[in-house]
Amino acid sequence: MNTNPLTLEAHNISKNFGNIQAIRDISLTLARGEMLGILGDNGAGKSTLMKILTGYHQQTSGELLVNGTKVMLSSVDHARSFGIECVYQDLAMINTLSVYHNMFLNREILRRGPLPLLDHRAMRKKAEAALEDIGVNIPSVDVEVGALSGGQRQAVAIARAVASQAKILLLDEPLAAMGAREAALIIALIERLKARGDVSMIMIAHNYAQTLDVADRVMMIQRGTCTFEGRSAETSAAELFDIVRREYQANRVQG
Amino acid sequence: MTSRSAAQPGSASTRSHWHHILLRFIVRAPEASIAVVGIILLVAFEVLSPNFLTNANLSTVSQFFSPWAIIASGEIMLLICGEVDLSVGQVFAFAPFVMHFTAAAGLPLFAGVVVALLVSGLLGLAIGFITVFFGVASFITTLGAMLLINGLTLTLSGGFPIDTPNTPLAAILGGWNYSEVFWAAFIALALHLVLRNTRWGLHTIAVGGNPTGAAEAGIHTARIKMGNFVLCSVLGGFAGILNAFHVTSIDPNAGGANVMFLAIASAVIGGTSLLGGSGTILGGFIGAAVLGILQDGFTLLGINAFTFDIITGAAILITMITNVQFAKLRLRNRI
Repeated sequence: MNTNPLTLEAHNISKNFGNIQAIRDISLTLARGEMLGILGDNGAGKSTLMKILTGYHQQTSGELLVNGTKVMLSSVDHARSFGIECVYQDLAMINTLSVYHNMFLNREILRRGPLPLLDHRAMRKKAEAALEDIGVNIPSVDVEVGALSGGQRQAVAIARAVASQAKILLLDEPLAAMGAREAALIIALIERLKARGDVSMIMIAHNYAQTLDVADRVMMIQRGTCTFEGRSAETSAAELFDIVRREYQANRVQG
Repeated sequence: MTSRSAAQPGSASTRSHWHHILLRFIVRAPEASIAVVGIILLVAFEVLSPNFLTNANLSTVSQFFSPWAIIASGEIMLLICGEVDLSVGQVFAFAPFVMHFTAAAGLPLFAGVVVALLVSGLLGLAIGFITVFFGVASFITTLGAMLLINGLTLTLSGGFPIDTPNTPLAAILGGWNYSEVFWAAFIALALHLVLRNTRWGLHTIAVGGNPTGAAEAGIHTARIKMGNFVLCSVLGGFAGILNAFHVTSIDPNAGGANVMFLAIASAVIGGTSLLGGSGTILGGFIGAAVLGILQDGFTLLGINAFTFDIITGAAILITMITNVQFAKLRLRNRI
């Protein structure tokens, strides 16, 4: 059991888009160095929750605490200032830019001097160091991201978040659309980050086995609300599957 | 992986013949292919026509392509961030009238130029605002703006051209034979630097390459797009003012769709993608020069003007096909 202080707390978060309630009364906690897995179907509200935690959306009601302090995350930059970084499913990577430009996107290093010019050399060097730091192998930081494989892109996106001093790392389906070998590389990367212990992580996923394997705790979101929460060690994939099946059957009868 | 195997010492030494190195350079540097075309044309026209590389003709060529070279620089920034401005040729005609009427109202000519550029910028801002905040495709927004601004110019001028004012500033502003091309080159170099070496440039590429991703990274995509609309419009107005001083007449029918299409053609044959996310300002400048050299060379050789359009059209198609193929090669890391 992780007894570290809590880095992130969410209390009764709800979000409406017009008349549609995307998520309802979701609460969660995250301790330092802990990894929380969030499972749920498409459209269950996982991504909405994620976007509230990154400051991309603002909750309609409920409150967020970062390191015990209540905050309203007003923008992505604001969330970043608390060390909250997200690796989106689309990775927020620019295929036509090089790896090192992507790693410093919107956090560019500028040369000293009167003109605000980019310091390509410093960014290239730091990008190389950051990738090496967490054991990511790519041909070169000068390669356009579009030329990398899905797994390499994902690894670069994670390295980018870690390099920006992330304290709370949000991973949106990091293993989606990935072959078994590439997924294994990303899981190994996540394990290395967990071993360092300085980053807390929330991972959104579909695959029960993978999530139970990687996360310390898991929670299930269905139709915008939390229907299960438990420690991975005490939870089985069958148990999770049962919850989904019950929900499915209940809806089928209704329909 | 292909890139790994290509980097093997054995294969590299057998492959590194000069023609492979040249090919690699041409594929890698997007400006290189159009520059090669330009040099071939220069040599060909010099061989075919004794008057081509003369001072008089070079100044003619440079004055010829400078207007669309200047506009291309702004248009490329817009294309890279995923937008296009069809109305910039109308701003080209409109801005000199704003300058004229400001000066006629008693303000110094310099103030007239500044006001004209400000008004051009405001037009760009309005176009950008409509595009970004009402979600109208810029192709449509600027198609509307094209007619609207043309109407403004015709109303303001009454449909008649007027002479440019007599001023010592005229020499700098297009009066001297080479001043336009100096401005065009200066603007291209400055924007090349902005594109490659500033946050604005990098974010412009990012917004065109992946708008959602750029927004998720915290980039203000609306600001980038609107800024580039303003830039393109201001450059359109400036090119119009230079051209007016060069021909010593402010003509309501100057520029128009023709100069705009030539600017976009320069951008495209210079190596800028119409899909956004990549492009080169220097390539666009060279592309503009190539179109100018073609037009001038054909005139010197006495070739029919109709043929020129056939050649330009074919040139655009061929370069687009090669650009797409080169991009595929680059992605596969083959060259």
